Amino acid sequence: MPRPVQYNTNEKVKLVDMPEGYMGEGYMATSFDKVVGLARKNSLWPLPFATSCCGIEFMATMGAHYDLARFGSERMGFTPRQCDMLLVAGTIAKKMAPILKQVYIQMAEPRWVIAIGACASSGGIFDSYSVLQGIDQVIPVDVYVPGCPPRPEGILDGILKLQELVGNESLRRRGGEQYKQLMTSYGIQ
Amino acid sequence: MALTNEHIMQRLQAKFSDQPIGFDESYGMLNITAPAAMNLKLMQFLYDDEELRFRFLTDLTAVHYPERKEEELCVVYHLHNLQDNVRVRFKIYVPVAKPDVYTATRLFAGANWMERETYDFFGINFVGHPDLRRILNVDEMDYFPMRKEYSLEDPLRTDKDDEMFGRG
Repeated sequence: MPRPVQYNTNEKVKLVDMPEGYMGEGYMATSFDKVVGLARKNSLWPLPFATSCCGIEFMATMGAHYDLARFGSERMGFTPRQCDMLLVAGTIAKKMAPILKQVYIQMAEPRWVIAIGACASSGGIFDSYSVLQGIDQVIPVDVYVPGCPPRPEGILDGILKLQELVGNESLRRRGGEQYKQLMTSYGIQ
Repeated sequence: MALTNEHIMQRLQAKFSDQPIGFDESYGMLNITAPAAMNLKLMQFLYDDEELRFRFLTDLTAVHYPERKEEELCVVYHLHNLQDNVRVRFKIYVPVAKPDVYTATRLFAGANWMERETYDFFGINFVGHPDLRRILNVDEMDYFPMRKEYSLEDPLRTDKDDEMFGRG
């Protein structure tokens, strides 16, 4: 009995725009920066560092409804060594700070950090002797997502902002003097 | 005969007749106050006595009363007689300048971490404690955060401008 062949016609799959460049029959020339940026930004591997309620929102972001995988972050890597994007979601106590820093150091370059929620960004309501007043005291942060906790849309927006940064980052940035100074200011070598 | 607060008081008064031991009762629970130097002697008696049998240390913590001169820090022991299900509270007062208290770890092994916590937050120096160091806070902390000597907010913080929070 014949049945219609079903396959994914890719009608709904959105493709990224092709970078600027020269094209002719059988070749395309563009700058290396753009190609690498394109590849990096659309396959960010997230490393969740979830300590409290923002972590729950992040789980929703990863779930089927909000589906972070649409943006190229298909799977969590629960090891810093494979990941590009550290997502700090939740209150970081001062006792936790060295552990967070160690996780950051274990990540390979290039690496990016998003501070999700008020606590990770600034300590939030925990203006207290035991709580780190923002993770940017121990590691450099690329994107801050405000909210207590932020909605999954907010987290997605933060990740899209980060993708913009990643896509436009110069390939020379991480070897540059300014970046070295930034790392030195955090005591990371 | 059930173990009543009056009976505990009588036993203690008979044993330590020459010592200034204070009693009062709040919400039906007996509250014993004694000089700091005899905390172990009194708890040992509460433990050993065949009628009292307070053999379980429920809790151990401290309170800071900045307005009480020479007895600013109060160490509180909550003791439980599991057989009669009777509880008492035992308090001793020490000056904040010299907060030395004999450790209860010989009597109750469970006092070990509780005393470390009390040291961590109030700076009570438990004399004879086997391992008196911070348990919850970071090791580098150089003050005792639960004493009423510090502002509630982190004074080291520079990014919080009061005017922006409407409390300038």
